Amino acid sequence: MAGIPHDHYEPKSGIEQWLHRRLPVVSLIYDTLMIPTPKNLNWWWIWGIVLAFCLVLQIATGIVLAMHYTPHVDLAFASVEHIMRDVNGGHMLRYLHANGASLFFFAVYIHIFRGLFYGSYKAPREVTWIVGMIIYLLMMGTAFMGYVLPWGQMSFWGATVITGLFGAIPGIGEPIQTWLLGGPAVDNPTLNRFFSLHYLLPFVIAALVAVHIWAFHTTGNNNPAGVEVRRASKAEAEKDTLPFWPYFVIKDLFALALVLMVFFAVVGFMPNYLGHPDNYIEANPLATPAHIVPEWYFLPFYAILRAFTADVWVVQIANFVTFGIVDAKFFGVLAMFGAIAVMALAPWLDTSSVRSGKYRPMFRWWFYLLIIDFVVLMWCGAMPAEPPYSTISLIGAAYWFAYFLVVLPILGIIEKPLAQPATIEEDFKAHYGAHPAE
Amino acid sequence: MLKKIAITAASVLALSTGAHAAGAEQHIEDFAFSFEGPFGTYDEHQLQRGLQVFTEVCSACHGMKQVRIGELSEEGGPSLPEDQVRAYAANLSVVDKETGEDRPATPADKFPANTGAGAPDLSVIAKARAAFHGPYGLGINQFFKGIGGPEYIHALLTGYTGEEKEEAGTTFYENHAFSTGWIAMPAPLSDDLVTYQDGTPATVEQMSEDVAAFLMWAAEPKMMARKQAGFVAVLFLGLLTVLLYLTNKRLWAGVKGRKTTA
Repeated sequence: MAGIPHDHYEPKSGIEQWLHRRLPVVSLIYDTLMIPTPKNLNWWWIWGIVLAFCLVLQIATGIVLAMHYTPHVDLAFASVEHIMRDVNGGHMLRYLHANGASLFFFAVYIHIFRGLFYGSYKAPREVTWIVGMIIYLLMMGTAFMGYVLPWGQMSFWGATVITGLFGAIPGIGEPIQTWLLGGPAVDNPTLNRFFSLHYLLPFVIAALVAVHIWAFHTTGNNNPAGVEVRRASKAEAEKDTLPFWPYFVIKDLFALALVLMVFFAVVGFMPNYLGHPDNYIEANPLATPAHIVPEWYFLPFYAILRAFTADVWVVQIANFVTFGIVDAKFFGVLAMFGAIAVMALAPWLDTSSVRSGKYRPMFRWWFYLLIIDFVVLMWCGAMPAEPPYSTISLIGAAYWFAYFLVVLPILGIIEKPLAQPATIEEDFKAHYGAHPAE
Repeated sequence: MLKKIAITAASVLALSTGAHAAGAEQHIEDFAFSFEGPFGTYDEHQLQRGLQVFTEVCSACHGMKQVRIGELSEEGGPSLPEDQVRAYAANLSVVDKETGEDRPATPADKFPANTGAGAPDLSVIAKARAAFHGPYGLGINQFFKGIGGPEYIHALLTGYTGEEKEEAGTTFYENHAFSTGWIAMPAPLSDDLVTYQDGTPATVEQMSEDVAAFLMWAAEPKMMARKQAGFVAVLFLGLLTVLLYLTNKRLWAGVKGRKTTA
């Protein structure tokens, strides 16, 4: 691997040399664990470990849950109750899995916004960013299909609404929707394929996580100062970095233990806090719930989806110039996926050569506004699609796009960045002082 | 930056539950049930009284098909002796899966389903009618007050005004706790409708509380085991956090200098 110069694994004993010539697996583990890591990483860098833990937690609990779950429309709801009542520790497994999804998204949003603030997406880390965005999309797909499995009212109607998005594609939409559902409406074939895919996708995610880690181990981590590790020589690199083990492993594990304490308090004492009560009503295709609300982690994008109604002028123009092919419904779908697409394109939309938001006096405020925008959109997504929420959603959606398509490109040109530290060592010393030994 | 994201994070979690409040304008009075809060436990005598109300009143129209009768003798619930549960089961009739004929139930069977009169199944109704979303839609007070399902049941059973109206051949009864204000179920309880075996006066208020508690147990029979697991987990993770904090501090002490104010 290219990158920061550091000591590599040297097989010493006979058996180590024997194995190393045939499969350098120990070397891979050694280099991964001992990777030089910028020593000024702050606490916003701990969420990667939390995310890795979440993936393992979800796969481990999910595999056991799958042993007791029945993917059939007549039996699914009862099999979940069977898990809750009769399976040893089943109630705990299910609540860990359900709340684990929330922790997963909670962590991923902080992880993404950390990347956006410190410019982690910028060259040379674009591939890490893009792979991360693909993982995020797969997470959304996996979580959505997982939510359908208990076969409650929100499962069924959520599935109906979301698969209906594909039906909005002009011309080929309806055949695609039918193909996805395995029939004209959400039914047993839908439940079966969602179960199958819900089991498959986490392993695809696991593989992409390996690629994600490979990519940033090649470029080296970004860091709060946004300046690169000096890599002219090993001695120089060692002034800027510390090995991942033990320094960052212990730091991350400490943070993880703290996060898990809160997580287990939620699971133990209020496990239904983030769930919707309607999902304890068995799915009924004949009774539509008063408000169909997706899980909290989808709400900002759900708000963007619903923001573009037929009376919005951009929608009317799109409708006019495409001779009616792009109607309000399809426009909403494009906007929702577009909101994630513009985020994925951030490396090429941001024209500033300064990575870290700490040294970008104007950028900082636009970034804080983006976070507020995200929260406001989440709130709007939970509210009924009527004034004033529809107007607020529209403003929120407009800012989301403006941030990536207008603010990021322009700021790089007009903004005067503050003085950055020359090295990571300098940044570290500014925070923690020089070591007494020096 | 740090604070901003922390605040965002808190709101992100909280806002989700705000959604559930939408549409339900009815007032649900909070009620201090014994099983609320991190250390709350079920009162087995209350659950036994609630079972009696369910058996003698509710089960005439409502089923409870997800609950296994044998759960009545399990720890953390009504904790009835097994012979009593067998006797209780024998009074219920179920369709045998193999012969297709009616037979007396055993503790291994589920409570009968009852779809008569379109009455909803009560197995998990206490979780399906969660009523608490405060403060400000954040839902965090569930931590202390519970999800509000039993409160909803209690409010519904005591919320009748006595007014009734007829629409399209169905009689509706005015009830302040119900979402539309008018419910098809007539007031099911009246004073002394059941005679409690433990001698507790059977007022409408008392029966509503008892059956609400019982239905919470029916929906969440492993609540006490879950809270215990949560408590132990938090305790051990707390210990681990402290140890890791000290380890981390010591580890980095060799790298960091004295922290300057700058």
